[in-house]
Amino acid sequence: MRKLSLFGLLFLVIRRDLLLAMRRRSDVLTTLFFFVMVVSLFPLGVGPEPDMLRKMAGGVVWVSALLASMLSLARMFSADYLDGTLEQMMLSPQSLSVLVLGKIVAHWMSSGLPLVLIAPVLGLQFGMPVQALWALMLALLLGTPVLSMMGAIGAALTLGLRGGGVLVSLLVLPLCIPVLIFGSGAIQAVSSGMSAASNLALLGAFLLLALVFTPFITAQALKISME
Amino acid sequence: MAINWFKYSSPTTFYALAGKMVPVFAWPAGLLLAVGLYIGFFVAPTDAIQSEAYRIFFIHVPISILSMFIYLIMAGYAALGLVFNTRLSSMMAQALAPTGALFAFVALWTGALWGKPMWGAWWVWDARLTSELILLFLYLGFIALHSSIDDPRRADRASALLAIVGSVNVPIIYFSVKWWNTLHQGSTIKFSGSSMHISMQQATFAVLAACWLYAIAMSLARVRSIILERERNSKWVSELPEVSR
Repeated sequence: MRKLSLFGLLFLVIRRDLLLAMRRRSDVLTTLFFFVMVVSLFPLGVGPEPDMLRKMAGGVVWVSALLASMLSLARMFSADYLDGTLEQMMLSPQSLSVLVLGKIVAHWMSSGLPLVLIAPVLGLQFGMPVQALWALMLALLLGTPVLSMMGAIGAALTLGLRGGGVLVSLLVLPLCIPVLIFGSGAIQAVSSGMSAASNLALLGAFLLLALVFTPFITAQALKISME
Repeated sequence: MAINWFKYSSPTTFYALAGKMVPVFAWPAGLLLAVGLYIGFFVAPTDAIQSEAYRIFFIHVPISILSMFIYLIMAGYAALGLVFNTRLSSMMAQALAPTGALFAFVALWTGALWGKPMWGAWWVWDARLTSELILLFLYLGFIALHSSIDDPRRADRASALLAIVGSVNVPIIYFSVKWWNTLHQGSTIKFSGSSMHISMQQATFAVLAACWLYAIAMSLARVRSIILERERNSKWVSELPEVSR
């Protein structure tokens, strides 16, 4: 069997998973609509005062993004696990970490990236100023991949368990709190006239750390779950 | 003479050893707790600023320290079990988790009781409180993952991986005091001399030692139950006097 180069493998897995996601478009759209709906629920819950909404906007969007990404985590490995593809992938003579990284990237592109793109519209609903909208997008762009990567560990650990969907949120949400803090911190910094650079830099650092370690840890978790 | 260093790494021999060790740790724990609390509540002088309300310090601080330490020890045992495939290490990790969760909960509770007279609020969203809450969530996640997997070997290894990932959080708790500007006071016990009265130090260290001993005694007692549960089909368990009776 031909041994693929690492990048060849990465692109192959990303392409395959994106193709599968496109064939099941409703899954992608459900996550997006969930995100929009949760964000829209907050003004109904706390009242329509523009000042308060403007202050809350960053946090509301981030919490909703966190919940929406938890919602889509169960999909990351379960379909491949159920039809046996995942087992074949693990038997193949390729790097499992790179394979997992490809699945994570594809998952982010089909569930995280749409949130980043729709977030400015929701920010406008909350009356956020334009600079804050840029900070919101940048922070989400740096932060949502971390959510997908941390989530991949949880999804791999809870593979095939009863009640896995709720359990994965319980495991992953505490680990995602630093991302939430610095992500909404960036928006608050811009809103109060400061620079968001330090918060964004920390988010970037989280992204790099997660990029280095989580594919390997997720691969180990998959091995534990599949043996 | 060759010493067999691994004699007590097998559940069979460790079960008997743990049974002998539980009272050795449990009695001093009770004694030290009584001494520490007596010094703390009756001997230590009243604080100039916080008056009598500060005395919950003698419970709150040792328990908070231990709640963080136990997580690291638990993650260490879990990592040992994952790397060397030793069954007893994973059982110890499983046995430590409920004690750690209890300590994290009591730390939050006593913190709330202390915060009400000091800050005028039961709960303040500062970094230390939030990190302690996250720590409690991490313990609960560990316990939940372990209990939802039926196969004990897979449960051990999966929760070990989770504990190792979660232990990244413990340094964040420690450094949160420096990272965020908070209401919470910094450390009072410093290596270069302490700002506390000597009897306050005595009380703190006595209760701290009591918490250590309590945690050890409890986890040993719990690991005995876990050994019995997992080895219930083996011959040596059925030959134990407390089982065959």
